[in-house]
Amino acid sequence: MATSGTPPSAESALPLAEMDDAALVAQTQAGNVDAFAELMRRHDRKILRLARHITGNQEDAEDVLQESFLNAFSHIGNFAGNSKFYTWLVRITVNQALMKLRKRKSDKQVSLDEPVQGDTDDLVREIAVWDETPERTYSQEEMRRILDDAIESLEPIYRTVFVLRDVEELSTEETAQTLDISVPAVKSRLLRARLQLREKLTKFFRRGKGDDAFAFL
Amino acid sequence: MLSCKDFLGWLNDYLDETADDQVKAQVKEHITNCPNCWVVYDTTKKTLQVYKGMEPREVPETLRNRLMEALLKKCGKTG
Repeated sequence: MATSGTPPSAESALPLAEMDDAALVAQTQAGNVDAFAELMRRHDRKILRLARHITGNQEDAEDVLQESFLNAFSHIGNFAGNSKFYTWLVRITVNQALMKLRKRKSDKQVSLDEPVQGDTDDLVREIAVWDETPERTYSQEEMRRILDDAIESLEPIYRTVFVLRDVEELSTEETAQTLDISVPAVKSRLLRARLQLREKLTKFFRRGKGDDAFAFL
Repeated sequence: MLSCKDFLGWLNDYLDETADDQVKAQVKEHITNCPNCWVVYDTTKKTLQVYKGMEPREVPETLRNRLMEALLKKCGKTG
């Protein structure tokens, strides 16, 4: 594909920042690299978060971010527009992140095909009401750390399904397609992931927990 | 009435609002009468809310610059 120049298009009169993703993709396909740079700026925060959640490692996540964007750029000519650009980018990122994770844990096989083990009722131990507004107990940065640590402590087969369904808000079918697993597998893993996270977060968000901050007074 | 185990089986569909009306009514009845399952429902719902409400971190400027350099290198504009 061409790598520079601005193609003649009615869209090109519009500033790049005001174009929707589909128009930016068309501009990129026609050779406008700045249009792809705008797509990167628009989506880099969410893609970095996704990569971090799957790999569980900041350095790997940054590599995955770069590899995913370059991969998308190389193959943008094949992007037919049947799905949204962002969903396509998510698929590329998930694949890159899983490859990275497998490489990192070469001694421990990372598989998304493992059967779900055990009963879900084993996952419900903590029964405690939460604060109505846990976000007032913790700073935004503390909240992010608590939420990120909780996700990253899950097994890859659970956290990957959770981030696609509940953070990226892909549908059950899109998640199944992206991970090449069945819809029932997505559903059972999602339930286990949600229940495990609920259990982990209860330690931080249970009612009265915030009062501990004043225990030293 | 649903058992607590049945309730867990329907929890995702109830939270995602994909359960049919009959299941919805059964789950609602169960959590109205079972305080422990109400807590599980309420805290799982809040788990999803806190994740959905969390904005991603800003990408450091140094990383953005690295991405742009890599893109331009790929195009053969530099390097």
